Amino acid sequence: MTIDQLPPGLILILGAVLVPFLRGNVRAIYMLLLPALCGWQVWHLTPGEYGVVSLFDYTLVALRVDKLSLVFAYVFTLAAFLAVIYSLHVRDVVQQVAGLGYAGAAICAVFAGDLITLFVFWELTAITSVFLVWATRTERSFRSGMRYLVVQVGSGVLLLSGALVIVNQTGSLTFGHIGIDSIGGQLILLSFGIKAAFPLLNNWLQDAYPEATVTGTVFLSAFTTKLAIYALARGFAGTDMLIWIGAIMAVFPLFYAAIENDLRRALAYILNHQLGFMVVGVGIGTELALNGVAAHAFAHVLYEGMMFMVLGAVLYRAGTAQGSVLGGLYKSMPWTTVFWIVGAASIAGVPLFIGFTTKSMILTAASLEGHWIAWTALVFASVGVFFLAGIKIPYTAFFGPASGKQVREAPVNMWLAMALSSVLCIWIGIDPSRLYAVLPFPVDYVPYTGAHVINQLQLLAFTALGAVILFRCGVYPKSEPGQNLDSDWVYRRLLPAAAHGLVDSLAQARDEVWRWRDRVFDFILERVFHYHGPRGIMARTWAISGAALWVMVLLGGYLLVYYL
Amino acid sequence: MMSHLPALQVVVPLLSAPICVLLGRGRFAYGFTLAISWVAFVISGLLLQAVVQGGAISYQLGGWAPPWGIELRVDLVNAYVLLIVSAIGALVMTYAKPSVDREIGAEQEYLFYTGYLLCLAGLLGVTITGDAFNIFVFFEVSSLASYMLISLGPNRRALTASFNYLIFGTIGATFFLIGVGLLYQMTGTLNIADLAERVAPLTGTRTVQAAFVFMVVGLALKAALFPLHAWLPNSYAYAPSVVTIFLAATATKVSIYVLIRTIFTIFGVEFSFGTMSLGPLLFILAIAAMLLGSTVAIFQDDIKRMLAWSSVAQIGYMVLGLAFATVNGVAGGILHLFNHALIKAALFMAMGCVFYRMGSVRIEAMAGIGKRMPWTTAAFVAGGLALIGVPLTTGFVSKWYLLLASVESGMWWIALFILISSLLAIIYVWRVVEAAYFMPSPDGAPEGEAPLLMLIPTWVLIIANVYFGMDTRVSVGVAVDAAKALLGGGS
Repeated sequence: MTIDQLPPGLILILGAVLVPFLRGNVRAIYMLLLPALCGWQVWHLTPGEYGVVSLFDYTLVALRVDKLSLVFAYVFTLAAFLAVIYSLHVRDVVQQVAGLGYAGAAICAVFAGDLITLFVFWELTAITSVFLVWATRTERSFRSGMRYLVVQVGSGVLLLSGALVIVNQTGSLTFGHIGIDSIGGQLILLSFGIKAAFPLLNNWLQDAYPEATVTGTVFLSAFTTKLAIYALARGFAGTDMLIWIGAIMAVFPLFYAAIENDLRRALAYILNHQLGFMVVGVGIGTELALNGVAAHAFAHVLYEGMMFMVLGAVLYRAGTAQGSVLGGLYKSMPWTTVFWIVGAASIAGVPLFIGFTTKSMILTAASLEGHWIAWTALVFASVGVFFLAGIKIPYTAFFGPASGKQVREAPVNMWLAMALSSVLCIWIGIDPSRLYAVLPFPVDYVPYTGAHVINQLQLLAFTALGAVILFRCGVYPKSEPGQNLDSDWVYRRLLPAAAHGLVDSLAQARDEVWRWRDRVFDFILERVFHYHGPRGIMARTWAISGAALWVMVLLGGYLLVYYL
Repeated sequence: MMSHLPALQVVVPLLSAPICVLLGRGRFAYGFTLAISWVAFVISGLLLQAVVQGGAISYQLGGWAPPWGIELRVDLVNAYVLLIVSAIGALVMTYAKPSVDREIGAEQEYLFYTGYLLCLAGLLGVTITGDAFNIFVFFEVSSLASYMLISLGPNRRALTASFNYLIFGTIGATFFLIGVGLLYQMTGTLNIADLAERVAPLTGTRTVQAAFVFMVVGLALKAALFPLHAWLPNSYAYAPSVVTIFLAATATKVSIYVLIRTIFTIFGVEFSFGTMSLGPLLFILAIAAMLLGSTVAIFQDDIKRMLAWSSVAQIGYMVLGLAFATVNGVAGGILHLFNHALIKAALFMAMGCVFYRMGSVRIEAMAGIGKRMPWTTAAFVAGGLALIGVPLTTGFVSKWYLLLASVESGMWWIALFILISSLLAIIYVWRVVEAAYFMPSPDGAPEGEAPLLMLIPTWVLIIANVYFGMDTRVSVGVAVDAAKALLGGGS
């Protein structure tokens, strides 16, 4: 096996090992070189299967290159590069090693041609990324990271179980279309679903991402969930169930985002909602839809990462990302504000921004296939996210009543990473042909037709109009105790009271479920400890007579049962 | 010379033991024991080579032809067990000097080496002999030696642990002997191959059935299968580090080997799993061992004790493989027998290093040890990963076969238990990792690594764990062939 047979992600994983031994600028340059080198290798890959090895009776393909894996590898490498720039000021070697290793594991995973290789890197992304959460070094982040790790490793275990069933049925470990007909496929779908933050399987995301460090969240936002989308697109394209799951996913997280005060957590909910679009696309499964999924994932990594960068910069400079204590930052952080607006325009699908050229592919695919309910849900979600990312969060953080915080603009490396992301968002938004050229299937889709543009503009304009009307009509939702009314009245007015009731009951339901979960967990732990703890019946040193009794029970029991 | 290798395999360590006593105190005892251990290893290597090339070897002790005389019989299955026992023995002895100096007084060192040689001779004898009564004799040789070795532990509780082990070891051996006696009464022979032929037509008799139950229960006790594991945690926890390494990696494995011989060779699959319906019993006990052993391990603060409980769980895996009575299942059980020997030896060696430096293996002593003893801790983590069954380590290979066996037998729920038990293993390994890497060192904690003499054997085992996790041609090939032979020969 020669060097070009190895997955390019290994450059990052193995390269990360050397990071602790370098100092200062050398380390910075080295860390920038790694993703660049990886990107260079990814760019020069030609479709095919490399690195084929056999492990006991099975053939493993370490490097399977096709157009679907390539497009994800491109954006992962790009995201790794941007995230490294963004985190150049960080001196914490744990984060640096973990971030690079995590990116490398994700890139390796998209090139995995068989389920075992996928499983290995699937788990490696979990193990490396948890250090980004722990790097905050608080009790809270430790616990959150622990929960994250358990869920992620659990997802890997499900993947392995599914793989086992499949290999038993088919004798092959190849990672291709899986489908949900067999129990193996169902287990793997569940595994992917956990990582893709399906409804009810999503808690780990909003739990852990906001607890990670400023730069850690940027890394986290790029890889894990998009890896899951990639895996879904490869294994479960055209599974009808996913359309429904995706539609729910696109809508519900927005309600939680609306009531969330921690802006990074709110953005984590928005991330979850964006995944819903992609899941719907996978569920539709036509060539156009899958192109849309790949393109949207590509775009999403760019702008969602950038939005996390912006909030990270705010957190870094202002020391908090709580909406209630922020405001008026546009004066002191003008560039950062601009970058947020670019991100928000992208996520909302404003023409000339990247989101428009990709999200509309999925919407078009949904309408072409006649999935009108899903289509409606996605349109509704588009409106919702425009409210949140385009009006609520910028108002809270950047334009609302000034909090009196005097802060400086983001550090130059953060600025550079955000600026590069913005340029890409606009550039691809204006001319998507380069992005379309790398999509899995040939693209004959034209985003900038009169109908598309006018539709989208109408949607956005009516959204804004609706906002004004609701505002004028004075639909005041009830206030919540302990929250600063000044900073959140805008979005509350925009949500009709009915929606509020829904939100409240959802939040209550969630809290109830979490409380219940904690209580059950505590109870089980207490019982287990009672029997298995150092003084428990199991772990105590048994008296000889007691232990000998077991011998007799076993012997006598066996003879007796048999003779009877 | 070459034709006498089977006899030399046992006779060399056995006769070295009295010589070791005569050498007495001083450096000679250690050097002598080390040399003998490596000689035993070379002999088992040569035997394996001979078996691979020329098929099973039958050696007639004193020139008496079996079934009248005692036969030493080496085939593919026990050639590998011999190799693993003697390889662990050689590595342990290489490792032993600093650890023994630290934990056992200079007065008693020569006795320790003598005991070790006897134990090694006994275990090799159990494995190599083709005679059922001989198995009992060698069992006693190795067990009596190991009672003595355990009692040398630095903590006085080692004495009660050893006494406990003595009681149960004796009950187990006696049960086995009762079984052998009943078989002798029915068939008039003690030779295993001969027994296999003569037992078949007699399986309807109650005597043979009782013999089966006695032998299985006795061996389960020797192998520390739950709930007959009571002697194991304390013995491993309080024995000197070197003894724990050696016994954990070899003694229970040899018992499992004899159990395999008894179930599959002497009685045959049809009788064991058909008439006597051994399957459900083994399934229940194995799964209980896996789950309860792992759960108890989580709450242990003494890491040697934690690993001992983990051994209880791992024995569950091995027995689980046998319980399937399919090629993949038995192969998985045999694989785990080898792999677990490598894994546990490496882990206990790492703990021996910690004890050497810290004088304790409690979890508190591990605080911040990742910085002070980086190589030892890294070895423990690598061994822990193998114990959990992370891919590219040995642990994964055997668990994969067990999972495969459970899926193909249509017993999903067993796969689930295997996975749960692996998750529990993550937790107890993680506790050590957390203490080692995330807790600050207490003030005045001893600095410095363990001696190289201890680190090198530890890392040899770690590398072996990774190597056999990736290159599975040899281990899987042998295990599958052995499983086929055992299952095919029985029915």
